[in-house]
Amino acid sequence: MISKKDVQYIAHLSRIHLQESEAEKLTHDLEGILGYIEKLNKLDVSQVKPTSHVLPIENVFRQDIVRPSLNPKDIMKFSVENDGRGSFKVPQVIE
Amino acid sequence: MKLNELTAHEILDGLQAKTITAQAVTACVKEVIQAQDKKIHAYAHTDDAAIAPDAAMAGKYPIPIAIKDNICIKDYPTTCSSHILKGFRPPYDATVVRKLREAGLIFLGHANMDEFAFGSSTESSCYGVTKNPWNLACVPGGSSGGSAAAVAGNEAIWALGSDTGGSIRQPASFCGVVGLKPTYGRVSRYGLIAFASSLDQIGPITKDVTDCAILLNLIAGHDELDSTSANVPVPDFTQSLKKDVKDLKIGIPKEYFIEGVDAEVKQSVLEAINNLKAQGASFVEISLPHTEYAVATYYILATAEASSNLARFDGVQYGLRCQPEQQRRTPIIDLYEETRHQGFGAEAKRRIMLGTYSLSSGYYDAYYLKAQKVRTLIKQDFDEAFKACDAIITPTAPTTAFKLGEKTSDPLSMYLSDIYTISVNLAGIPALSLPCGFAKNGLPIGLQIMGKPFDEEMLFRIGYTYEQSTDWHKRRAVL
Repeated sequence: MISKKDVQYIAHLSRIHLQESEAEKLTHDLEGILGYIEKLNKLDVSQVKPTSHVLPIENVFRQDIVRPSLNPKDIMKFSVENDGRGSFKVPQVIE
Repeated sequence: MKLNELTAHEILDGLQAKTITAQAVTACVKEVIQAQDKKIHAYAHTDDAAIAPDAAMAGKYPIPIAIKDNICIKDYPTTCSSHILKGFRPPYDATVVRKLREAGLIFLGHANMDEFAFGSSTESSCYGVTKNPWNLACVPGGSSGGSAAAVAGNEAIWALGSDTGGSIRQPASFCGVVGLKPTYGRVSRYGLIAFASSLDQIGPITKDVTDCAILLNLIAGHDELDSTSANVPVPDFTQSLKKDVKDLKIGIPKEYFIEGVDAEVKQSVLEAINNLKAQGASFVEISLPHTEYAVATYYILATAEASSNLARFDGVQYGLRCQPEQQRRTPIIDLYEETRHQGFGAEAKRRIMLGTYSLSSGYYDAYYLKAQKVRTLIKQDFDEAFKACDAIITPTAPTTAFKLGEKTSDPLSMYLSDIYTISVNLAGIPALSLPCGFAKNGLPIGLQIMGKPFDEEMLFRIGYTYEQSTDWHKRRAVL
């Protein structure tokens, strides 16, 4: 149903590197869980509307007025790596 | 009774009568943490005096509280008990933390939890397992196992947990304490590190129902920083403790008392039902026909939302950053993939992968969309059931606390331990768990009361009436 190759592909979509042994274990685990989930196929839901949220959700607006926000210094205090001028440092992104 | 064994309302009475001081209570709780937490391991972090300034003692509610490790406390380690957030200290307070500060609570530290709240046993924390104060060979439940164990082990008077599929109620049941999952939207989620945004809710874990109502009073209410918090009136929940259960109609779902439920658990819940009958409530059998689909639906929706929410932990901003020894892809992709490889534990990887799979091209309709549709059916079951009753009573969990390690190698059996709590989150309704007995092995049994949306008052009313005619809530674990 789900192969180790599929698992490695999903791992890449998830941006998680997997060791071979992890991929093997996950293939087995996901197969079991997806097998259990199959039981939903017993239900005919073709006429049912999906629920993404239980409360009636609407856009929330506020007046466009200035209010206090976090201090950039506080935000950077526990960053992994920053340039001291309010930006996070990362390896080269564009070749 | 020792000061750390008191409830908050007893402490507040004692403060008013000047028979005890807030300083003495806090000192006693902290001493007990020092002396015995190595046995239970309820806490992930306690080692910072900065969060309990003496000035706070002057507040109206100087109650020592444990906060789950996924609720942000400004400048205090907040890590979801995950390697990937080690060292992270948030630059702001969660709204619930701000409210508790204003009320004068004493923060004891962050309670241990399953990594990112992924679990039902508190065995997946990067800090190690938490143990059940009633039997150290058993799990405390999860994912708010540290919060429940702290209260049950008298290492906190109160605790906050979070509940996505039962993570407050199931550990409350396993640890013999009271836990409430409020209605979705009742309590602000601002500053709660998100697991599944359409299901998560913060709630109280306390020693009795009265304390639960007092603590909900302090944290409930609309918050403009959480656009999913509901703008509805907040009653004084302690007022509902004054009402009895005469003329109430309580539903018993036939789907919850079938095979799989432990005989002693079933017996205790039936005795609680008889107790409430004797006090004037009437009972009616109801049906929640889609109950058997709840776990499957939940594990699609919750993991899909989690895979999206946890995308932010990528080594760029906070916490852990790792780079593989040899380049595999591009430097930035390698940084993401290696950080998440080393930073996430096995269960976090499993859930992110499952969620990514059900959202991926070609599988979305078959899994994610289908689960959203089944969620509609589960919600409709409750809408229909509540036409015939004021509340619903079930066991909180099918068994008492299981042994450490018993379910760690079989994720599916772990997921099924939440079978009675998950539907509540899918429907967005409130539910209370409170002690209703002890099994022969000495472990607590929990009773679950489910209510209509925003009708926590009904849960307190029924829960308090039952509690006052028993003494389960007065028993304390002896370590």
